[in-house]
Amino acid sequence: MKRSVKGGLWLWFHKMASPAYFYDVAGRLIPWCVIITAILLLVGLIGGLVFAPADYQQGDGFRIIYVHVPSAWMSMFIYIVIAINSAIFLIWHIKLADIVARSSAVLGASFAFLALVTGSIWGKPMWGTWWIWDARLTSELLLLFLYLGYIGLRSAIDDRRVAGKAGAILALVGVANIPIIHYSVVWWNTLHQPASVSKFDDPSIHLSMLIPLLSMALAFKLFYLCIVLINSRSELLEQEKRNQWVKKLVAEL
Amino acid sequence: MSEFFAMGGYAGYVWSSYGIAAIVLFLNAFSSLRRHQSILHRLKRLESK
Repeated sequence: MKRSVKGGLWLWFHKMASPAYFYDVAGRLIPWCVIITAILLLVGLIGGLVFAPADYQQGDGFRIIYVHVPSAWMSMFIYIVIAINSAIFLIWHIKLADIVARSSAVLGASFAFLALVTGSIWGKPMWGTWWIWDARLTSELLLLFLYLGYIGLRSAIDDRRVAGKAGAILALVGVANIPIIHYSVVWWNTLHQPASVSKFDDPSIHLSMLIPLLSMALAFKLFYLCIVLINSRSELLEQEKRNQWVKKLVAEL
Repeated sequence: MSEFFAMGGYAGYVWSSYGIAAIVLFLNAFSSLRRHQSILHRLKRLESK
């Protein structure tokens, strides 16, 4: 029994890694993905902008949290996804892993950019400055540069396999920055406030403020899934255009 | 309603944050969809030649 489950899982894994099958499944997932993203976004925005009470210190200014924190989380999450897929690509040469990594980079950079910009806009009224060179802000800026370096490196190399390998190595070296971002507010003295959500035993944030935040975070995650599915499909079409399944698909258009 | 948009005096900060986020995410979605469409069209043109 145990063996057949494992076999089934392995079979599924192989099926998913087959381009034609992935293209088909991704195409069917996208509409659901869009619907769920829209619902979560609506719940998060209404909850965050209307129902959550004003903060006792920051007034309504704290509402920037609902775009800032999910963006910052996503910038790290997507980087980790890229790093994991890079490792899979380097070790097992699974092409789909490279496609997922490549398809994630621009949105990851966008989230890093948003985390920095909304943080800056939030910092001005609360800290009195747009920017300080502290560990949290500097390591997040480094993350944006890692994304841009990754995108630039890949597009500078014509050979797809070499570009994938070079990108994967860069992504894996840069992953050291992720724990630095996360712990920067603990290790170094800073204006940036410490984590208030990830202390699950005693989160220092009220439920009416927390629920919209989690809803926005999930919405951003689902949005990323939509984008990565669309981009991976584009990438598959490009790479497999000489294969039978793409020809058949195009002929049926 | 105007009280809602005033955001307790933080209107400029709050709405610019949400606005920039909306623009950046919209551009991501738009360019991804357009790329997929244009690849399909290109492959279709190549096929009919």
